[in-house]
Amino acid sequence: MKMQYHIEGGNFSAAGRASSEVKKTLKQFNISPVVVRRIAVALYEAEVNVVAHAWRGTMSVELTPEDIHVVVEDEGPGIEDIDKAMEEGYSTASEAVRQMGFGAGMGLPNIRKNCDEMHLSSTPGRGTRIEIKVYFNAF
Amino acid sequence: MEKSLIQLIEVLGYRCLAGQVRTDRMVHWGYVSDLLSDVMGKAQPGMVWITSQVHSNIVAVAALKEVAAIIVVNERQIDPDVLAQAEKEGVVILSSGMPAFETAGRLYAQLKSD
Repeated sequence: MKMQYHIEGGNFSAAGRASSEVKKTLKQFNISPVVVRRIAVALYEAEVNVVAHAWRGTMSVELTPEDIHVVVEDEGPGIEDIDKAMEEGYSTASEAVRQMGFGAGMGLPNIRKNCDEMHLSSTPGRGTRIEIKVYFNAF
Repeated sequence: MEKSLIQLIEVLGYRCLAGQVRTDRMVHWGYVSDLLSDVMGKAQPGMVWITSQVHSNIVAVAALKEVAAIIVVNERQIDPDVLAQAEKEGVVILSSGMPAFETAGRLYAQLKSD
């Protein structure tokens, strides 16, 4: 099963819509609620990153009976230093974004904690791609 | 001790702004934060989330994390669109009418008592 969502940069009122849709879909299947919540957290953070930092992006979801594989890809400023971006507390979010309670520098660490596999790549000036995989049966 | 939202509303005088029909939910603990990623990382189902944020993203965070309710502090005004979104997503929003410190303190005492 495949799904794709468009994410609009800067549109905070729609942030979380794609993640909520995926969560609703997952709830229809026999997947542990704990796993569903982990996926929801990882996807929400990835979605908010696009809204907060990029111009536009897509969330592509592939669902199999064993796992969920998600690619969130954006056109945006990209990440200059990925190691730094992975550090808790480091953020390049604007003051306006921080005022809303985003930009605490916990988004990428939250993604890493809540998925089984994560690959992050970026070309500064072009955009960022994050790939997330979660297995439904913890092993 | 675990309490229902209804009990907490009655004892602590919260106003229910959205999700009235879901106030039978049980609460075992709370989490205080205005940082959304912090809540995404640390809040657990069955907790109430105490915050002074009132924009629409609190609804998405509360729904994704399945918190029992959001408790908004300090009589902050909430946009009707945000409340409508909360109703739609099954999110309970309460207003404590007190600053975060008092809100958390009184709630802590309730959840700790027998």
